[in-house]
Amino acid sequence: MDANIAAASTPGSGRNLHRFANPGQFLRLSGAVLPWVSIAAIVLTVIGLVWGLAFAPADWQQGDSSRIMYLHVPSAMLAYMGYASLALCSVLSLVWRHPLADLAAVEIGPVGAGATALCLATGSLWGKPMWGAWWVWDARLTSVLVLFFLYLGHVALVRAFDDPQRGYRAGAILALVGVVDLPIIKYSVDWWNTLHQGSSITLTGAPTMYAGILYPLIPCTLGLVLGFSAIVLARTRAAVMERRIRGLLQARARNEAAA
Amino acid sequence: MGMFLIVLRRELRLSLRHGSDTVAALLFFVLAAALFPLAIGPAPETLGRMAPGIVYVCALLAALLPLDRLFGADLEDGSLDHLLLSGLPAPLVALAKSAAHWLTTGLPLLIAAAPIATMLRINDDALPVLLLGLLPATLLLSLFGTVGAAIVLGARRGGVLLPLLVLPLTVPVLIFGVGAADAASGGLTARPHLLLLAALLAAAIPLCPLAAGSALRSAAE
Repeated sequence: MDANIAAASTPGSGRNLHRFANPGQFLRLSGAVLPWVSIAAIVLTVIGLVWGLAFAPADWQQGDSSRIMYLHVPSAMLAYMGYASLALCSVLSLVWRHPLADLAAVEIGPVGAGATALCLATGSLWGKPMWGAWWVWDARLTSVLVLFFLYLGHVALVRAFDDPQRGYRAGAILALVGVVDLPIIKYSVDWWNTLHQGSSITLTGAPTMYAGILYPLIPCTLGLVLGFSAIVLARTRAAVMERRIRGLLQARARNEAAA
Repeated sequence: MGMFLIVLRRELRLSLRHGSDTVAALLFFVLAAALFPLAIGPAPETLGRMAPGIVYVCALLAALLPLDRLFGADLEDGSLDHLLLSGLPAPLVALAKSAAHWLTTGLPLLIAAAPIATMLRINDDALPVLLLGLLPATLLLSLFGTVGAAIVLGARRGGVLLPLLVLPLTVPVLIFGVGAADAASGGLTARPHLLLLAALLAAAIPLCPLAAGSALRSAAE
């Protein structure tokens, strides 16, 4: 009878998720995966960048300056994917109170902001020779800038509370509000002004880009995505260990006070 | 519904008793708008071209001013716990707060915007559209502002953090609102911009109180 009640009160999907919520299990699993992910990230990025910067043909119109694309395009994808993963962690944290999702959301913030800053910086460097200005108030630049502000707001918010749990909740709600608002911001800015070239790669339809230029982009993107994951994993591991050490120190201080 | 009106009436009575807080936002709006002609010169064509943008940016900043007291005083003296225990769901408490914020800040801004825009030499065709657009825009600012105020509740330096969180979210409001006034002064129809603002409002009325309500509950835990 009691066993039945216990079984009925444990939601199936929740149990599967919580198997990975055990910090010890997470440390073991991520420790085994992390070196491979890091090595693959470095190898793929180096292959992609060398291929793209030295061997791929230059653009017939933009010349060699278009090669910054091999860093610019993956970092733009990472900026948006990072925010999507932040929103996913926020759902996990709000709905299932998943403790690792809380820590991961805190650690994704600065890394995502870094990817967005890289995207803005490379875009600015590319814009100077092509458009004749470091910055133009073009739709895509502006929406990535707003995304950068959303990241910074999240980073500042989760660290502004004395009680970390409050910071996790507030950050999760902010990330979800941001992810609902982000498409609206993107479309509003698109209608507002457009100078940036249209997308050459879309999910539907063939890419409107010469294949020789396109291929190096694939290892670059894969390498940077894996690198992003490796950094987030390493930061989350560090956060778990930091929490453990703090717990141990507090326990020792309590014992010494009692003795 | 009865409970909702009671909370709303309480908020309005409190803001009447602390009248200077309400007037401060309005004064900020008028003063900030009056700085622009001094900074960019009194030439009517430049000013008139920029008037809708100046009005919107100043209204956006002025609406942020009263936000850090929106829940702050209630959290300090414990009345937030009472509000959440009153039987009114947390999202409706947040909605009542948004309504009170609009009535005490948004509506005065809307009324003050007409003389300010005229002083900034706005195009005659653009003035009614500007005011019509400010109606949903100020409502949206109150709703987004309530979310921001609920999220930063209990944070260190919450007042500094609040604009950082709220301003990026209000980019569409600024774009469509100024777009409507610009379209009208250029002799085009402002209808699509105003409809988009109304659509944003229709989405924000249910969603913003939900987000603010869950932030309130986690703040009161």
